Amino acid sequence: MKYIGRKALIMLVTVLIVTMLVFLAFRVIPGDPVLNMLGTSATPEKVEQLREQMGLNRPLPVRYFEWLRDFFFGDMGKSYTYGIPVRSMLADKVPITITLTLMAFVFVVAISIPLGIFTAKHEDKWYSKAIDVLNQITMSIPSFFVGMLITYLFGLILKWFRPGGFVNYKSSLVGFILYLIYPAIAIALPKAAMTVKLLKSSVLKEGKLDYVRTAYSRGNSTDEVLYKHVFKNALIPVITFLGMTLADMVAGSIIVEQVFSIPGLGRLLITSISTRDYPVAQSIIAIIACLVIFINFLVDVLYKTVDPRIR
Amino acid sequence: MKARFMKNKRLYIGAVISAVMVLFAVTGMFFTPYDPNAMDTSAKLAGISLKHLMGCDNFGRDILSRVLSGLGTTMLVALGTVFIGIFFGTLIGAFTGYYGGVADEILMRFNDAVLAFPSLLLALVFISVMGSGKLNVTIALGILFIPSYARIMRGEFLRCKNLDYVRSARLMGASDIRIMFVHILPNTLQVMLSTIAIGFNNAVLAEASMSYLGIGVQPPDSSLGRMLSEAQSYLFIRPGYAICTGTAIALLILGFAMLSEGLEKNA
Repeated sequence: MKYIGRKALIMLVTVLIVTMLVFLAFRVIPGDPVLNMLGTSATPEKVEQLREQMGLNRPLPVRYFEWLRDFFFGDMGKSYTYGIPVRSMLADKVPITITLTLMAFVFVVAISIPLGIFTAKHEDKWYSKAIDVLNQITMSIPSFFVGMLITYLFGLILKWFRPGGFVNYKSSLVGFILYLIYPAIAIALPKAAMTVKLLKSSVLKEGKLDYVRTAYSRGNSTDEVLYKHVFKNALIPVITFLGMTLADMVAGSIIVEQVFSIPGLGRLLITSISTRDYPVAQSIIAIIACLVIFINFLVDVLYKTVDPRIR
Repeated sequence: MKARFMKNKRLYIGAVISAVMVLFAVTGMFFTPYDPNAMDTSAKLAGISLKHLMGCDNFGRDILSRVLSGLGTTMLVALGTVFIGIFFGTLIGAFTGYYGGVADEILMRFNDAVLAFPSLLLALVFISVMGSGKLNVTIALGILFIPSYARIMRGEFLRCKNLDYVRSARLMGASDIRIMFVHILPNTLQVMLSTIAIGFNNAVLAEASMSYLGIGVQPPDSSLGRMLSEAQSYLFIRPGYAICTGTAIALLILGFAMLSEGLEKNA
């Protein structure tokens, strides 16, 4: 409990630091948002009036805490480009990105854990070595290129799905999930390859330790030793890695959303950066940042459950 | 030394692939079969032929020439990034690792916070603030990678600072600065090289991703990531365009990944 409390405290502090950095970053941008909104024909009085109205004349720390308060209550300001509240722009995009990331994560775990154990178990066999080579290559292909290869193979040649034919979850949940399978695989494959490699080396490393020899000497079979003893210990570094991977995949989905024309957070973020729609960009980055920090917290908690030695 | 090198298969294959890719990139800086930006309207989306080994893109530009010069751009950005990262990372790592203390504690906590973060996201913050383009991407990625280098180099300095050779140097009256940069630094070379290779890969990947999203390297500089995003529209009629470009990125990353692992194993 004390451990979780401490980690939660660290999480809060990190949220504070990170949001502060994001807030500051978007304050040092050259160019005055008021002038951008009013154009060049603005009179000084009008500029001053709008500045006062938007609260730009108050000191930075005050503005930061107000922004933070509003952010957590869901008020993220208005988009410069569309003039509508950022919140309504993001509301239906957050579930898309989260679903995509989670699906990709499920794929990573589902592919890498069995494959990692399999290759470690049959370390010296030719097929295990073939998987290793394939692994090394998969690892090196950027997820957006994997996405394009998948689009080409499954979308254009085999016609299993229609590229660009994204189905919103509001109209059909099944169609939505079915479409997301392909981008999720694109995100998952390179990460799964890395996880397989890590799990394999971790299992092999654990296999050389004394307790394994003891377990064997007590008459356990290979499978018993592997699943009851080695696996649990070998999983510890993998969990750290998977946690980092999940955080990384939130960001990775930004790119893959672009490949598969999925209208999620990532696409909106890229558009808002290119059109300099700062309130939108700032909110999305802050949301993703908080997600990442929360994931890191969950990993820390999970870590403790798997390895009680950690304090 | 040579036998050991040949035995380490990963290092060997990695070195060969990387060397070939670097050679291509360097060649691309001075010579390409065609001007990478010259448009030949009669050769729009031309297929693979002896005249155009990888075909032509939608503007009739020779893809091979563009891949070659794109490799050069990518590599320059990555090298610049690695240079910024390793230079400041080593400086910070040396002082914090060697002296320790409060400054070390604070910097490392800060480092942890930054490292827990997907680097692409941080790069996007930088780019949205500073604007895109080759130089800005290099600076942004370089700064972003400082913490990871600093952490590793700090570990190395921490490991070395109480070894015998450092103690004897201290007894001989060498100054701290001299111990750090003349005595310890050369001994961190193995680790540093393998870290550089990984960092190089991360930079290549980040640059390609950002250029693919259209917020990285801007035209007229050719970039593999940007080419991939253009190739995507013609995926059905000219899959070769995307495949040639993507394979170039993948090979570059593969070579340096294996190189880095081989170096680590050799250390």
